[in-house]
Amino acid sequence: MSTVLPISSAVAVEPLPAQRSRGYWVSVWLRLRRDPVAVGAAIVVLLLIALAVFGPWFAPADPYQSSMLKRLKPIGTEGLPLGSDELGRDMLSRLIVGARLSLFIGITPVLCAFVLGTIIGIVAGYAGGLTNTLIMRTIDVFYAFPSVLLAIALSGTLGAGVVNSLISLTIVFIPQIARVAESVTTQVRTRDYVEAARASGASPFTIVRVHVLGNVLGPIFVYATSLIAVSMILASGLSFLGLGVKPPEPEWGLMLNTLRTAIYVQPWVAALPGAMIFITSISFNILSDGLRSAMDNKG
Amino acid sequence: MFAYLLRRVIYAVPIMIGVALVCFLLVHIAPGDPLVSILPPDASAELQAQLRELYGFNRSLPEQFAMWLWRAMHGDLGVSIASNRAVAGEVFTAVGNTLRLAVVATFIGFVLGCLFGFVAGYFRGSWVDRLASVFSVLGVSVPHYWLGMVMVIVFSSQLMWLPATGAGPSGSDDWAWDWAHLQFLLLPALTMSVIPMGIIARTVRALVADILDQEFIVGLRAKGLTHLGVFRHMVKNAAPTALAVMGLQLGYLLGGSILIETVFSWPGTGFLLNSAIFQRDLPLLQGTILVLALFFVLLNLLVDVLQTLLDPRIARA
Repeated sequence: MSTVLPISSAVAVEPLPAQRSRGYWVSVWLRLRRDPVAVGAAIVVLLLIALAVFGPWFAPADPYQSSMLKRLKPIGTEGLPLGSDELGRDMLSRLIVGARLSLFIGITPVLCAFVLGTIIGIVAGYAGGLTNTLIMRTIDVFYAFPSVLLAIALSGTLGAGVVNSLISLTIVFIPQIARVAESVTTQVRTRDYVEAARASGASPFTIVRVHVLGNVLGPIFVYATSLIAVSMILASGLSFLGLGVKPPEPEWGLMLNTLRTAIYVQPWVAALPGAMIFITSISFNILSDGLRSAMDNKG
Repeated sequence: MFAYLLRRVIYAVPIMIGVALVCFLLVHIAPGDPLVSILPPDASAELQAQLRELYGFNRSLPEQFAMWLWRAMHGDLGVSIASNRAVAGEVFTAVGNTLRLAVVATFIGFVLGCLFGFVAGYFRGSWVDRLASVFSVLGVSVPHYWLGMVMVIVFSSQLMWLPATGAGPSGSDDWAWDWAHLQFLLLPALTMSVIPMGIIARTVRALVADILDQEFIVGLRAKGLTHLGVFRHMVKNAAPTALAVMGLQLGYLLGGSILIETVFSWPGTGFLLNSAIFQRDLPLLQGTILVLALFFVLLNLLVDVLQTLLDPRIARA
């Protein structure tokens, strides 16, 4: 196409129609859409969530039905496309149905920590002074533990079980999210617009809701998506150690644990549940990276 | 700089007391009477009263904490219920084994991570860079306990090159740095090294990319310095941060080795924690966690101090 444009004076210069500027999240979405790897990861995440919600209807066989005759069949056996586990249960069905529990125990602690950590961080950042010191020094103590160690220490003392492992992981993630929330809140608090809002009589609650939350939620959201990857590995890891989900429930970490003894018989069947954890955690990590760069690029 | 270092050291003290407090409270958040978990189930009432007195469970919590802390500071971490041996002794043997594994893993991760990170940062945007970033995402996303299983499947069960579990031909008691022992170390250490490798590669890539953008590099090139000469300057600038990340990773591996040690039956702290949890051996659990967490705090402190000594700009900031 020719690059020389005719200079036409006949066209009247019309004012552009008043256009509402695009919302922040819309522009983030538009930028994210141009990142094919992130879109791919987002699709995998959506598929996994669909599997978690609708899995039980998709599963070709009963994931609890054991059979002594069909124990530890290889991948590709007739009627058992992904083989069978140490009790002769259909691996494909267990992997599909297992998505629900595995995603639940991986995502729930991050959601709980997201809510609690944000509240704690905002209170500490907004209040400042002694309240801030008390909260943040307490958080420093929990931060001083490597997260795997803290998770195992807490759920090891509380005892095995899904609820205890959810509580432990929530406690592990609260300090990390609270730190991000606190630092953003402290920055926002001294801005002129917060000062102006306060001068015009806005209550602390309104200031937090309008000005602080608006700034804080974005960074924490990105941080929380990357935490889901960690949380999936840790939650399934607790089940792998025997501290989380109890048999015979299908959960990827627990399946990996019970199949450990079978790695000399059916190695690739035994490795399948871990591959599911890997796929989930890598998708969340890539999605989080994509979100971060889409949000950094303020244009 | 001295004042900064002193402040940093003093700051570590309340953190360490806090860490000790959390470990102390672990026994008290455990369901049931803490004494029940310390005593065998068939203990007589006399023995119960005697132990209640000995452990000070009849006193207030702050008093108990002070007593416990005092004993812990003198190296007395209590007695293991399962083995009836001093917790401190058991923990220190296990820490030695875990440390050996974690140090080798961190070293492998550091060398390979620096290599990948440097090449990726130097040839930014090239296919090498993209490959390296794929590797580092894989490294931080992989469930390492599963990777350990896959390693066993490939190198032990299929290829039969390396032993799958254990810490030596005759246990871990007589460790030596020869092939007979090293072959047991290789698989767990390689599995463990994947995490620091990914993180160090990311850090070094960002550092190198950042340094290359600075003007002094152009200046060095303009004055006719060879590639090697420029490289030396880059290393000097990147080293403090890279070393700091490495130090922290060592700490994470020490605390987080339980899953890998379980896969490979490595007789370290993870293995100890595992047996403590399932035998409800709370003194052992508490002692192991206290030692590992304090190790982590001290390592953090050491990293900060070393970083300040290597890079005086930090103290001025």
